[in-house]
Amino acid sequence: MKKSNDREVATPHLAEEWVGKVYTFICILFLIITIFSMVYFVASKGLSTFIVNGVSVKDLLTGLKWKPDSDTPLFGALPFIFGSFSTSILAAIIAAPLGFCAAVFMVELSPKIGRTFMQPVIELLAGIPSVVYGFVGLSVIVPLFRDIFPGQGVGIAAGSLVLAFMILPTITTIATDALASLPSGLKEGSYALGATRWQTIYRIVLPTTLPAQMTGIVLGIARAFGEALAVQMVIGNAPHIPHSLFESTSTLTSAITLSMGNTAMGSVQNNALWSLALILMMMTFVFVFIIRWLEGRKKL
Amino acid sequence: MKVWKGNLLKMKKSLIVTMALTLSLSLAACGNNTNNGANNGNAAATNNASTNNTASADLSGSILASGSTALQPLVDQVSKEFMDKNSGVSIQVQGGGSGTGLTQVSEGQAQIGNSDVFAEEKLDAAKAAELVDHQVAVVAMAAVTNKDVGVDNLTKQQLVDIFTGKITNWKDVGGKDEKIQIVNRPSSSGTRATFEKFALGTKTEDLAGSIQEDASGTVKKLVSETPGAIGYLALSYLDDSVTSLKYEGVDANEDNVAKGTYPVWAYEHMYTKGEPDAATKAFLDYMVSEEVQNGDVVELGYIPASKMEVKRDAAGAVTK
Repeated sequence: MKKSNDREVATPHLAEEWVGKVYTFICILFLIITIFSMVYFVASKGLSTFIVNGVSVKDLLTGLKWKPDSDTPLFGALPFIFGSFSTSILAAIIAAPLGFCAAVFMVELSPKIGRTFMQPVIELLAGIPSVVYGFVGLSVIVPLFRDIFPGQGVGIAAGSLVLAFMILPTITTIATDALASLPSGLKEGSYALGATRWQTIYRIVLPTTLPAQMTGIVLGIARAFGEALAVQMVIGNAPHIPHSLFESTSTLTSAITLSMGNTAMGSVQNNALWSLALILMMMTFVFVFIIRWLEGRKKL
Repeated sequence: MKVWKGNLLKMKKSLIVTMALTLSLSLAACGNNTNNGANNGNAAATNNASTNNTASADLSGSILASGSTALQPLVDQVSKEFMDKNSGVSIQVQGGGSGTGLTQVSEGQAQIGNSDVFAEEKLDAAKAAELVDHQVAVVAMAAVTNKDVGVDNLTKQQLVDIFTGKITNWKDVGGKDEKIQIVNRPSSSGTRATFEKFALGTKTEDLAGSIQEDASGTVKKLVSETPGAIGYLALSYLDDSVTSLKYEGVDANEDNVAKGTYPVWAYEHMYTKGEPDAATKAFLDYMVSEEVQNGDVVELGYIPASKMEVKRDAAGAVTK
């Protein structure tokens, strides 16, 4: 009797174990295969520019002229690389203080208003489709810059401002979590020593949470780096390194989205775009490594 | 009982290994053969269509038409009418650009490849030779400027000088003293290829400071808002927000294009690989029928191919 009871208990457990294990296993396997096939696909396409079409890696990375259609095609992607880095880093420079201040407000100054009002609003920013950001940028920011500054309004300044709004939720959310997880003893100790609220925030809260803040910022830069549509609409897309923040320039992503559909698979123009995609992917890896490194440095 | 349990445990391990193997094999197969899978699917659909077309009255099959975004609205609208009349046929219309359309039809992933340019201009000669051209409409383009520049006619040479950066101020072509802002298309764009080939007669580089946008709506918005801007748009996009320029004194309108006096136009192509199957052929026939050519084509701002009094080949030679 006892034995059969044992069995009845054990079998469903075993079955559950099985379903769980197999299901997880399938999911993991599927993920890994997807990731590897994507990396393989982009890499094989991107590298064929160098292997099949004989473009030199150095020319692609340091060349200043992008003329894939001319009689002597030139594939200099430096303007795009420059554009991508400058817009996304500038976007982070704009968004980081905003995000940190919003987080301080929500956690330290006025948690009630912050949690009930500000947090949903900022999370809403994350849900707006990028084409909407692009269109708002094109309709509001570009004309505004055109009126205030010399130039046509398009360029790095407009691009990074639009991106700053797009990455604000990422930076704010991570900063908020970091501030909320700060042990209250640290702040109380600071207050007990007679520090003011601002001194506490500036000297205790900010330095202790800095690695986490940096993680948020790098995540934001990574997102800005990969954003295509919104940037494409406001940056102007001339394949040149601009002389000012208000001159038309181009990013890796905008170059890809502008021309990918118009070029035939397998042509040298198309392969060159895949090389740009390969650069983007490598940069994403770099960002992931930076984030992991920062995570390891967390003080809390 | 114990024996049974022990067996199960033993089985468990071997089963995991077997499952893992089968899974990885099947998934790997999926991963590698995505394209083939799509091909097979389409091939099956095509076969389906050809086997069923003995009875011409009720066609069936599925057609994928992908490519040019400039042609997409027309194909989309006509495909819906066609499907209403032939319930057995399902037509899917996708964008993606002329290059994508030509690649997909050439590789058999799509039955119809929509393109703004001749296949010879995007694909290599061998691949292009396999494709059959169906010219369904004509699109003409006009140079447009912001309303404030005070110019309404440009010669070919003036346009070339503007788009190559030799002339940078409107006063040099008889307009206001205002800097010229070029709103161009990306160098891979079919619209730009047409404009360069037939309006400028030369390829141009992307100038520093020029703006490039692919979408006609965005180009129109930028030209209408940016002081001193010049760009080019298909005739269907023209309205009061921009000034459309005469080219060598000729108005950009349908009649002048049909007569051949206004040269900046291009065919909209629907390519098939080899001769189309019955359903595709019926759809393409419907596309060039009087009903569609005088109806949807005109309504959506294209010029009917049947109305053209001149013809042009891939090399650009015009014949009456």
